[in-house]
Amino acid sequence: MDLLSKKSLILLTTPLIMAIGCKPGKVSETTDTDAAKKVYVAPGKLDELYMFASGGFSGQLAAYGIPSGRLLKVIPVFAQNAENGWGYNEETKPMLNTSHGFVPWDDAHHPELSKTNGEDDGRWIFINGNNTPRIARIDLSTFKTVEIIELPNSAGNHASPFCTENTEYLVGNTRFSVPEEGADDVPIDTYKENFQGNVSFVSVDKNSGAMDVAFQIRVPGFNYDLAHAGKGPSGDWMFFTTYNTEQAHTLLEVNASQKDKDFVMALNWRKAEALIKAGKGKKTSAKYAHNVLNEKSHTATSTMKSSVLVLDVKDHPELIYYIPCPKSPHGVDVTPDGEFMVASGKLAAALPVFSFKKMLEAIKNKSYEGTVAGNIPVLKYESVLQGEVKKPGLGPLHTEFDDKGFAYTTMFVSSEIVKWRLSDLEIIDRIPVYYSPGHLSVPGGDSKKPYGKYVVALNKITKDRYLPTGPELTQSAQLIDITGNKMKLLLDFPTIGEPHYAQMIPAEKITKHQVRFYKIEENEHKYVTKSENDARVVRTGNRVDIYMTAIRSHLAPDNIEGVKVGDEVYFHLTNLEQDWDVPHGFAIKGANTAELLVMPGETNTLKWNPDRPGMFPYYCTDFCSALHQEMQGYLRVSPKGSATPLKYGIGTKIVQK
Amino acid sequence: MKTKSKILIALSALLMLSAYFLPLWKIILEAPQYPEGLEMKIWLNGITGNVDQINGLNHYIGMQLIVVENFWEFKVLPYLYAVIVAFGFFVAWRGKLNLLWVWMGILVVFAVFGFTDFYLWEYDYGHNLDPHAAIKVEGMSYQPPLIGYKQLLNFLAGSLPDIGGIFVGIGGFIAISVLFFEHKLKNKFGTK
Repeated sequence: MDLLSKKSLILLTTPLIMAIGCKPGKVSETTDTDAAKKVYVAPGKLDELYMFASGGFSGQLAAYGIPSGRLLKVIPVFAQNAENGWGYNEETKPMLNTSHGFVPWDDAHHPELSKTNGEDDGRWIFINGNNTPRIARIDLSTFKTVEIIELPNSAGNHASPFCTENTEYLVGNTRFSVPEEGADDVPIDTYKENFQGNVSFVSVDKNSGAMDVAFQIRVPGFNYDLAHAGKGPSGDWMFFTTYNTEQAHTLLEVNASQKDKDFVMALNWRKAEALIKAGKGKKTSAKYAHNVLNEKSHTATSTMKSSVLVLDVKDHPELIYYIPCPKSPHGVDVTPDGEFMVASGKLAAALPVFSFKKMLEAIKNKSYEGTVAGNIPVLKYESVLQGEVKKPGLGPLHTEFDDKGFAYTTMFVSSEIVKWRLSDLEIIDRIPVYYSPGHLSVPGGDSKKPYGKYVVALNKITKDRYLPTGPELTQSAQLIDITGNKMKLLLDFPTIGEPHYAQMIPAEKITKHQVRFYKIEENEHKYVTKSENDARVVRTGNRVDIYMTAIRSHLAPDNIEGVKVGDEVYFHLTNLEQDWDVPHGFAIKGANTAELLVMPGETNTLKWNPDRPGMFPYYCTDFCSALHQEMQGYLRVSPKGSATPLKYGIGTKIVQK
Repeated sequence: MKTKSKILIALSALLMLSAYFLPLWKIILEAPQYPEGLEMKIWLNGITGNVDQINGLNHYIGMQLIVVENFWEFKVLPYLYAVIVAFGFFVAWRGKLNLLWVWMGILVVFAVFGFTDFYLWEYDYGHNLDPHAAIKVEGMSYQPPLIGYKQLLNFLAGSLPDIGGIFVGIGGFIAISVLFFEHKLKNKFGTK
């Protein structure tokens, strides 16, 4: 009975209570107490930075203001955008042309700002299409996609479009290795014999930005995940991560995760360029589309190319070296000084930091641990390794750098960002993010001169972070202050699509060359109408061209008769306004394309096939002025073969033919 | 006349010469949607600035289009004004008080004529409106002020001298000062 005394009861239950109460604590959320002040951009004030985040499966690119997280614009790139007619109107349809025909969607992953001397210059931003391999160039003076080039012999353009220090080249490397195009009707289980990777080098004209597939390099058939160019001392090299060096072709989840180490592939692009200049490239037939939007004629053209220059590393093994890297690495990120490469093995327990100097030494000393694919050297891990960041967290994916010598790495599995010091590879701080970050972004964080100040986590899962919207939830980013020793969470903000990656740039680098409207006198569109007096309707057989103008607050002509069922009608709408922020829209009943949204000084064309006789109203869709609602017209459609004369005009100016 | 006076008259004429390189007058319009303002600059030989935007907005109230070719003044003024300024230099060179009086007279007539003409144009644009205009406000006219500010519907209209006009004004002020000063001297010493 003594055992049940009060005293002994307490003695007995205390460990039990302690065991329950001592459930290991989680790192608590550390929202900065000054967060509201730090992210508040007062009405009428402008954000400090632009953030360009990929729209992932939306196929687009979105521009946000930082630190407010406000969405400024969704820039249509690979996906049709009914909102402004992108990919629906006659001018931009060719932009989405590929060797597979019209492909109105893609999976856009990595925005890459153009660089001069290793710094973001704010001229263009590039983004990859992962699914039907493409690279797009967006002009940052107009926020318009002005060029899209398809990459032949490619599948899964994921390691793309990372650029060299002066944007000499953008790369695209294959997430899927595939057999040679034209010889690819082979059994899948012949992967090891027939499949290969393929690095595309896309040159960028330093004045016009014009892209061209300069050459391609056939590489061993692994999966190539991400890339980054060296800079400064390592500027001649391009680094790629590989996974599935097991060369599995089925159940990759398991079969591509067997080896302790995959590779970082180091490629000397200067050498490759020299080989091409020396005529060593083999001209190989290939079919790929090159689409260019002319900002004077506001019209895109699509050209189908038929050949590409190819180097095979089997013939030039000196071009590439493999560095062993634990385990299925995702990001390979080069420090601002260009001396170190950080590779994030997503299944690895440590984060290796490789030394570029040591890599050159190892190459010189032939410090190889073997070869792959016949004759490609694999360098010894230890001979290239500078050191490892120990126990960084689970699932390291991507690293960027600030201006103070620190690196930030996302941990996908343990849902956190880890801050560590480059000088001694010591972990300084860690902050939980919500949830499962893929990439992160520090302004200028992949350049020679990081701007620092913030890191943005680009998360894969949002769950309970926002008001629920049914099963399909918003995507999200989180803004974190990195000015102090401790990282501080400032803001959650929703994003479009899936923000795989984002780049940030001081606003001033972009605002200084913004275009406010197109000059009407410079409009070279084939169907431009520069004056309302020239507004007219022209019939050629069953094709009807309507040269229409829009100016506040009328469309001219606004009465049209004599159109017949079976006609092919083209509305060429020119916006005559010459002022900032006065777009006009155009829509007609029954149009099975989309609307037009025409910027001042621009011309856009909507194709329409009237399918029945009747009265078809059309109107301006953008609330342009006090009399916007009056900005409307009628188009009369008569039966096929009827004798209704062509008649059109506005007000008292009516023309009958 | 004293040498100093002659130099000052030459300076005055020189300042007036700036009208060939600088705008004389400006009309500014501010509205909630135009916080940065719209501006129309009037030169000796024409109008520059946001004329197209202003015309675009004015069509709602039925105002006539502002078209440089419609103003005969811009064809004549560069020559007429050249004669006036040249006469100023002539006065400086000869240094005769009578001639200064004559120049002053010409300047005054020119200024009165200029402002009257400007007022008449403003009146015409502000009152002779298209009867079919979309926006008609009972009893409302849209004549901008001769000088100063005035609220016209959602627009605050301002009419002010521009940099060239200010220089011309300073030139005129110098010329008057010289006239005044020379007369004081003349009365004091009774000399010619």
